[in-house]
Amino acid sequence: MAFSQDEVLAGLAEIVNDETGIATASVQLDKSFTDDLDIDSISMMTIVVNAEDKFGVKIPDEEVKNLITVGDAVSFIVSAQG
Amino acid sequence: MSGKIVVTGLGATTPLGGDVESTWKALLAGESGISTLDYEWIERYEIPVTFAGQAKVKASEVLTIQECKRLDPSSQFALIAAREAWADAGAPEVIPERMSVEYATGIGGVWTLLDAYDTLKEKGPRRVLPMTVPMLMPNGPAAAIGMDLAARGGVRTSVSACASGTEAIANAIDRLRSGEIDIVLAGGCEAAIHPMPIAAFAAMHATSRKNDSPTTASRPYDVNRDGFVMGEGAGALVLETEEHALARGAKIYAELAGGAVTSDAYHITAPDPEGSAAARAVLKALSVAGAKPEDVVHINAHATSTPVGDIAEYNALKRVFGDHLGKIAISATKSSTGHLLGGAGAIEAIFTVLALHTKTAPPTINLDDQDPAIPLDVVTTPRDLGDANILAISNSFGFGGHNAVIAFRSYQG
Repeated sequence: MAFSQDEVLAGLAEIVNDETGIATASVQLDKSFTDDLDIDSISMMTIVVNAEDKFGVKIPDEEVKNLITVGDAVSFIVSAQG
Repeated sequence: MSGKIVVTGLGATTPLGGDVESTWKALLAGESGISTLDYEWIERYEIPVTFAGQAKVKASEVLTIQECKRLDPSSQFALIAAREAWADAGAPEVIPERMSVEYATGIGGVWTLLDAYDTLKEKGPRRVLPMTVPMLMPNGPAAAIGMDLAARGGVRTSVSACASGTEAIANAIDRLRSGEIDIVLAGGCEAAIHPMPIAAFAAMHATSRKNDSPTTASRPYDVNRDGFVMGEGAGALVLETEEHALARGAKIYAELAGGAVTSDAYHITAPDPEGSAAARAVLKALSVAGAKPEDVVHINAHATSTPVGDIAEYNALKRVFGDHLGKIAISATKSSTGHLLGGAGAIEAIFTVLALHTKTAPPTINLDDQDPAIPLDVVTTPRDLGDANILAISNSFGFGGHNAVIAFRSYQG
């Protein structure tokens, strides 16, 4: 069963909160992981593998650098569900 | 330069309390920090030892989520203790290049290492966390403290099993006397209440099996002692040259008068029954302190509650002190805290400092039937140490034949 965009955003917000303590409400589509949420590359890698587990997708390492905003990550995950 | 080194800050998180004040109060009250472990893995693995001295306050109640995610539990305890000690010292403005860290762990990031291996086996290499290496490395606690307090004069780790914490403090003396360093954050930590170390210590019959009575299982010098009880937590002390402390008007708890490290070269785990190298460590520490054996009024003994170890330490003390040993108030505080391994020397240094500062030797609990082979004057209720200028030592010995001893003197100004 594919996850909707809202479900992916909510799930991603939980992962970000679990890893960094950032409030789930702050994790919004237009927010930049580094500039707005102050998430560093180490936390980002952990968030990526947890997202892979949660949504059953594969996010290649070379793709991670393109995931600038939360919206980029949500879009990638939604489309990668196939 | 007077060459004196003084203790100006104390911090701890232990099975008795989340800070120094609550820990010391519980220790004087004769409380036990030992309890039954309530984890599903006890039954899953049929772990033969089902109790330990768990930290009274969980690190997650004190630190941020990010700190807990990026630090092994041992480093979490270390950071909590170090911050308390630093605040207790008045959070002084220091020259970062003239501040160093001397910190200890016995085992290192064992939780991180084994969790990561479980993840590798169950989920593959991509799921191994990117912070795994810096979290599991034994210098992790010292590095975490050094980053937090901005110490740039060197961050070193002592690893000598159960002697580690005392060795770290002894090493701080050399740093401070070198003239290169004004102030040191020293101490030690451990967080090894994990099924593997528990099983491993049980396999070598080092730990108590008194599963039915956790609070009375750690019983140094008692005829019914059957091994040590593992504990977790950390201790930290701010040590500085007397000049540096006086110049900033610091409160001074005691003088760190001497320290020494020797080694048995006898057996990897068993102490030398003659205790000659352990005795030499005591004598060297007293020599550095400019003191004689007769000057010692109080000893915080290593006294882990193992049948062999307690006697070996007694033999070493008898060598050094002879008849004077009967006049020394001996405290075996592991009876209350359990054995914090790499953290033991640090919290026992704090207890020794507080014993001098408050002129009160803390009690040894669970001594119901003292072993006749160990005729020490063991303190069983808090004892007044008198008002004189007094000297006390704290001993730690570790697998590998490590002997570390530090000496503290009440501070006279």
